[in-house]
Amino acid sequence: MIEGILIGLKTALSFQNLLMVVIGCFAGTIIGMLPGLGPMTAIALMIPITYGFEPSTGLILMAGVYYGAVFGGSTSSILINAPGVPGTVATSFDGYPMAQQGKAGKALAIAAYSSFAGGTIAAIFLLFAAPSLSKVSLSFRSPDYFGLMILGLTAVAAFSSKGQFLKAMMMCVLGLMLASVGQDSLSDITRFTFNNMNLSDGISFVLVVMATFAMSEALTIIIKGSDPTKAAKQISLTDLGSTKLSTEEKNKMIKTIPRASVLGFIIGVLPGAGATIASFLAYGMERNFVSEEEKKKFGKGSVQGLTAPETANNAACSGAFVPLLTLGIPGSGTTAVMLGALLGFGIQPGPRLYETNPEIFWSVIMSMYIGMVVLLILNLPLIPYIARILAVPRTFLIPMILFFSVTGIYLMSFNNFDIFLMIGIAVVATILRLYDFPMPPLILAFVLGGLMEENLRRSLLISDGSWSFLWDRPLTLCIMIVIITIVGWQIYNSFFKKKL
Amino acid sequence: MNINSVKLISLLFFILSAFYLYTAYQIQVFSFDEDSPFNAKTFPIYLGYAGMFFAGLKIVLPDRSPIEVDPQHLDFKKTILLVLAMIFYGATILKIGFFLSTSLFLVFAYYFLGERRWKLILLFSFPFVAIFMYLLHGLLAVYLRDPLLKYIGIMG
Repeated sequence: MIEGILIGLKTALSFQNLLMVVIGCFAGTIIGMLPGLGPMTAIALMIPITYGFEPSTGLILMAGVYYGAVFGGSTSSILINAPGVPGTVATSFDGYPMAQQGKAGKALAIAAYSSFAGGTIAAIFLLFAAPSLSKVSLSFRSPDYFGLMILGLTAVAAFSSKGQFLKAMMMCVLGLMLASVGQDSLSDITRFTFNNMNLSDGISFVLVVMATFAMSEALTIIIKGSDPTKAAKQISLTDLGSTKLSTEEKNKMIKTIPRASVLGFIIGVLPGAGATIASFLAYGMERNFVSEEEKKKFGKGSVQGLTAPETANNAACSGAFVPLLTLGIPGSGTTAVMLGALLGFGIQPGPRLYETNPEIFWSVIMSMYIGMVVLLILNLPLIPYIARILAVPRTFLIPMILFFSVTGIYLMSFNNFDIFLMIGIAVVATILRLYDFPMPPLILAFVLGGLMEENLRRSLLISDGSWSFLWDRPLTLCIMIVIITIVGWQIYNSFFKKKL
Repeated sequence: MNINSVKLISLLFFILSAFYLYTAYQIQVFSFDEDSPFNAKTFPIYLGYAGMFFAGLKIVLPDRSPIEVDPQHLDFKKTILLVLAMIFYGATILKIGFFLSTSLFLVFAYYFLGERRWKLILLFSFPFVAIFMYLLHGLLAVYLRDPLLKYIGIMG
């Protein structure tokens, strides 16, 4: 492991990769800060650029963007009470009241230190958890992988759909349908191309991500007539107050950070859970840990109330890399986008990644830590300046997003058809978004589609067409029981549980 | 049963899944693969049924928290104009080149969204695209097809 860490450090500390971490954190912070645009959009916009780099460099850039976007989301939560991402909603509970009390600088500093601490502790956990899980996952067979993929989809659908489980499952199926367009990987038979040569290679992953996130988010803002930067115009973004913390505040943070980090990491590892659930759970848990007097301050600018969700959401971001790097199965929409990008580089994450591409495996883990340091050094002093981004007029912001989306696809294919297809998918996604159909399950399903079919094929061929492979192995059976429990619970919650 | 927009979308998804299923059955597989436990149409067939199942449930089961969007609160005009601008952008990008089509798209998009400060509009279109192209083409060596600039002799 020491050798691996050194390889990772050597790769991550090369000038180019360090530069990528800095650029990624900076770009991610800016994009993540803009309300409505989250890490998925930020990463999606970066993918076409990363294809010009080495895989490790590309992944390091995307990891930087990921952390930067989560941190940027916290900034808009604290300053204008408009969380850029769902994972930072809990941050606004106490961050925004602090900003209203003239302590915006302090709130941003608490968020930055908590993010750093949560991310760092989780990166250390990842350092030990990932290789061990990689070794365990070598014993996994096709039925287990197939079961894990179904579990990932079901869990993401259950947790990302705000009680609209069936809508999320429909989005999963739509994602799998889109993934099935093009040549069958084994027989080369074309499917669903309708004799259109442009579809014979399938639909590009970047196209789907750009259309369903960047482009449709921009169109949703326009059609709803909302101005995400309106709130920013009403506050001073230059006078944020001191960022210095008192000893009492530091002591409060020191108590909160370890437990929120552990909780965040564990939640992040679970498929589908991720930063949002981690931050809410950490907030709730912290409220139960503090004294009665402190409890009354929650929601009114409590230091612990801000520290807990900020620590947990960053720890969860690191945790989400565990299933991606060790099993090759993303547990969240954002890591699904990363998996898609990795597949684009010709790299298949999974238990073998640890052995076949150690420089990628370790450099990503090392770059996470470096990213945390960069975020702290770069963002804290620059926050008053970066925060001005929040006041960029919508009239310039939206065309820029659309321009980057179209350019991203144009650079990859030099093909009109792909641009038209992307616009078509974006329009459909915009309509679906209006009616609360979640997009992360669609992306996850699209990325997993090929792998799922491959594992189902192997499982069915081995079992000679019998579906008994779903319960023959104890591990597969356990996974299936978890899936059935999630589905049953969701159906019960959606249709039979009385409304409170 | 109440018909709302979500149920209507679910119905459309049901029809799409049925069409997908029909098309999946039409996939021509190799004769030796016909009776195989798994061939090129197996997975799509399952998907078609799954889509119909979930959409069917959504249509039939009661909606406990229906979402209705008031069309009067939606800005269709600007959205349609932007979509048309994007289609035009996509149609012209190969013919007239990246620089001109992108710059024009940005000018129109800023204008459609209500921007009237022409100095800013022009600054964030033509010069912005030129700098972007220089970064991509000149520094990162990413190929950008632009017949117009090539004809003028600016681009190699």
